Amino acid sequence: MKFAVIVFPGSNCDRDMYFAVKDQLGAEADLVWYKEANLANYDGILLPGGFSYGDYLRSGAIASTSDVITQIREAAEAGKPVLGVCNGFQILLEMGLLPGAMLPNEKLKFMCHFETLTVENADTMFTRQYKEKEKIQIPIAHGDGNYFCDEETLQKLQNNKQIVFTYDQNPNGSVGDIAGITNEHGNVLGMMPHPERAVEALLGHDDGLRLFESILTHWREHHAINA
Amino acid sequence: MPSMLEISPEQIEEQRIFREMGLKDDEYASIRSILGRRPNYTETGLFSVMWSEHCSYKNSKPLLKKFPTEGAHVLQGPGEGAGIIDIGDDQAVVFKIESHNHPSAVEPYQGAATGVGGILRDVFSMGARPIALLNSLRFGSLQQPRVKYLFEEVVRGIAGYGNCVGVPTVGGEVQFDDAYNGNPLVNAMCVGLIDHKDIQKGIAAGIGNTVMYVGAKTGRDGIHGATFASEELSEESEEKRPSVQVGDPFMEKLLIEACLDVIQHDALVGIQDMGAAGLTSSASEMASKAGTGMTMNLDYIPQREENMTAYEMMLSESQERMLLVVEKGREEEIARVFRKYNLEAVAVGEVTDTKRFRLEHHGEVVADVPVDSLAEDAPVYHQPSRIPAYYEEFQKMEDYIPEITDYRETLVNLLKQPTIASKEWVYDQYDSMVQTNTVVTPGSDAAVLRVRGTKKALAMTTDCNSRYLYVDPEVGGKIAVAEAARNIVCSGGRPLGITDGLNFGSPENPEIFWQMEKSVDGMSEACRLLETPVIGGNVSLYNESFGGQAIYPTPIVGMVGLIDDVQHITRSHARSAGDLIYVIGETQAEFGGSELQGMLEGKHFGKAPSIDLNTEYNRQKQLLTAIRAGLVVSAHDVSEGGLSVALAEKLFEKEFGCEVTLEGEPVTALFAESQSRFIVTVAPEQKRAFEQSVTDARLIGTVTENGVYRIKQEGVVLEEKTSVLKEAWKGAIGCLLKSKV
Repeated sequence: MKFAVIVFPGSNCDRDMYFAVKDQLGAEADLVWYKEANLANYDGILLPGGFSYGDYLRSGAIASTSDVITQIREAAEAGKPVLGVCNGFQILLEMGLLPGAMLPNEKLKFMCHFETLTVENADTMFTRQYKEKEKIQIPIAHGDGNYFCDEETLQKLQNNKQIVFTYDQNPNGSVGDIAGITNEHGNVLGMMPHPERAVEALLGHDDGLRLFESILTHWREHHAINA
Repeated sequence: MPSMLEISPEQIEEQRIFREMGLKDDEYASIRSILGRRPNYTETGLFSVMWSEHCSYKNSKPLLKKFPTEGAHVLQGPGEGAGIIDIGDDQAVVFKIESHNHPSAVEPYQGAATGVGGILRDVFSMGARPIALLNSLRFGSLQQPRVKYLFEEVVRGIAGYGNCVGVPTVGGEVQFDDAYNGNPLVNAMCVGLIDHKDIQKGIAAGIGNTVMYVGAKTGRDGIHGATFASEELSEESEEKRPSVQVGDPFMEKLLIEACLDVIQHDALVGIQDMGAAGLTSSASEMASKAGTGMTMNLDYIPQREENMTAYEMMLSESQERMLLVVEKGREEEIARVFRKYNLEAVAVGEVTDTKRFRLEHHGEVVADVPVDSLAEDAPVYHQPSRIPAYYEEFQKMEDYIPEITDYRETLVNLLKQPTIASKEWVYDQYDSMVQTNTVVTPGSDAAVLRVRGTKKALAMTTDCNSRYLYVDPEVGGKIAVAEAARNIVCSGGRPLGITDGLNFGSPENPEIFWQMEKSVDGMSEACRLLETPVIGGNVSLYNESFGGQAIYPTPIVGMVGLIDDVQHITRSHARSAGDLIYVIGETQAEFGGSELQGMLEGKHFGKAPSIDLNTEYNRQKQLLTAIRAGLVVSAHDVSEGGLSVALAEKLFEKEFGCEVTLEGEPVTALFAESQSRFIVTVAPEQKRAFEQSVTDARLIGTVTENGVYRIKQEGVVLEEKTSVLKEAWKGAIGCLLKSKV
């Protein structure tokens, strides 16, 4: 399985994502500059965190209009796993691949620390290696992580089991304590916490590694069946 | 011809307009004699910034010579963008600290943000990838609304810039004292990692080679910033708000990546950032270092505003700009590297053999001066020095011993002092984890980052207790270096070297100059004994505010240490109940300059705690050996607030309790700030081996499961739930910020 880590001007967790997949997961990965992307050759798309275009205008807004977006949309429609973390999540929201929007944190400050998350849905291609309701430690690092959507959308997210991760102690004011959601089909995941920062015990916790392992095992099974 | 409106050379001399630019009468006279004519307006501007204290170190040079700058592992000492130390495997660590005090006093968000931007450029212009940021901050009393505003905005500015560029802010220190009410200190440090083969120099070598400008366009911001930084703050400082630059961290991020790409290109000859004094300093220093000259045509300088004059362009301190020298004829290859990041690299001049710095604008020569006269010929002043009366008085005082009846209340109050209290309010706003190398995040003695792909790790810290430096600059200078080294050792590292951020008042005041001399003497001696050469740094003088109130002498030590194996990484927090608690080192009734003295008396006086550097060195060596042998579970140095505070801090993370028995007079044992002390925890099975290894260690008690902090001496002296102590410590800064005045 081969991952593309999309690098926008201002992305800054691209290398972290790359090392997590390559060194800890042991899968193939390329850092793919947004202008030079040919995503047809990749099996999974990773949108890393950072400040694409300096977060000017609105977090993720400018990146969501760049040329590579068409290809990301195609990959998502083809059912390939698409993971957006932090700024990547913001880009997915701005693209409309995921519902809702991101507001500044309730306390209006950037915050960076580990949070306890609950795995609300362990039946996705991103979470199958976790147990339902399992508590995991994943760090956050964001200023605009206050997820917002209207009542109707929230209801839909709940009914379709699209809410994948919630915060145990909501740090930013997100609706429904939401930390991560998928699209209806379940192959696009956006989350504010950084799983790529939690793949080695040396750096605190390795609970994030199983998210990447989930993607890999899902892909292997899927391709074994097709073969 | 320069604009008709421009002031003539004769007017500059007759009306002494050079004074407004910060030049003294005799400095103007020597410029006139160097040129053999009167300098024009632009030329006067060039000299005024290059001869400012900020760029020329004209007042501090004689002192800086005293620092030991050499060592077996030093690859680059002072003089380039940042110093470099070898860490084996053809890798090296690059680091430097720099102040941004004056801009931060006037416009705290941008002042602090651009301080971070500037120090990053110093490091990546050496060819290194920046891997960590630290800072050292001083503010006045958080009771004052203006100080609250400065504190909140400085922290927000550091966060806003550092988080965006994707370099983790991993550590630092914040202290609060009335001495900084009108003049906060904002010092930022950057650490980078480099392969030996990638080390760059800021030189304009090769006659005929092309000078290229990259990055943000030049605007009218920050004009005369270096001169502004070399004056006392005054009522008029507020009007200098336009002297403060505005940062664009997104542009910086693009520059970092593009510059790290371009250093791999063999057409690159030299690279330097445009820091203080902008285009003037980078261009003239690059030529001066290479022994060449340079001609630039200012028509080609990318400009953000219309009708900029030569003077404005040369003195602008617009941020996020770099100057490159590239092989002639290969400009397009270099430009292509930058184009990928939507950055334009523009040819603006060439390297000449004239040793002159020649500028053209609109077809006219607007400046033509010997390049070394700008970069090398600034006057050097040997300022007079005088022992301050306060110091002589302090030395004659009887030892100050505070009278305390309620030990528990005293400890709680100490934990609430903002200098001691948890800095989580601050560091939670910093992305401390990006780049996924941070093993020890803020809140321990030193930050630790692993070196990816190796067993190695780097420990780093900033330290300076300026209260000791105020009461006794020489002893305080020794302590500052020793304390930084303690923090590195407690983390499992061997100290490699330091960068110094020297912050003082006006050197033209003999008593302040005496403080500078003595501080440097103390630091130099400690650096020699502890084997930590000074590989670079920064001097910030004239830190005085309204009414001539100088700050405490604050020479900040930024230190980096090498941890040979990630297995040796040690944190300050106790990890298991049942572990034994040891104190290393003796405690004496030393309270001069202590946190307790400040809290009870509202001022600092008396003698500083004594320090014996040989004892310090031997203790650090023994402790490091024990840590490397796996005999130590946690290690923490004893600093502000004494043993009782250090012990509490060790227990907070997991809310353990302790059962400790004291020796000696309780006030001294609990709160004195004697130096060269550590508090460590050791697993019971390692008791014998540890005691044999660390000869000055004394067993004082055990870590307990019950969450009660208890200190006994015959009867119980101090008892409180750890959770109660932690609450006081953790919430103090947030409470002070919310409280109405």
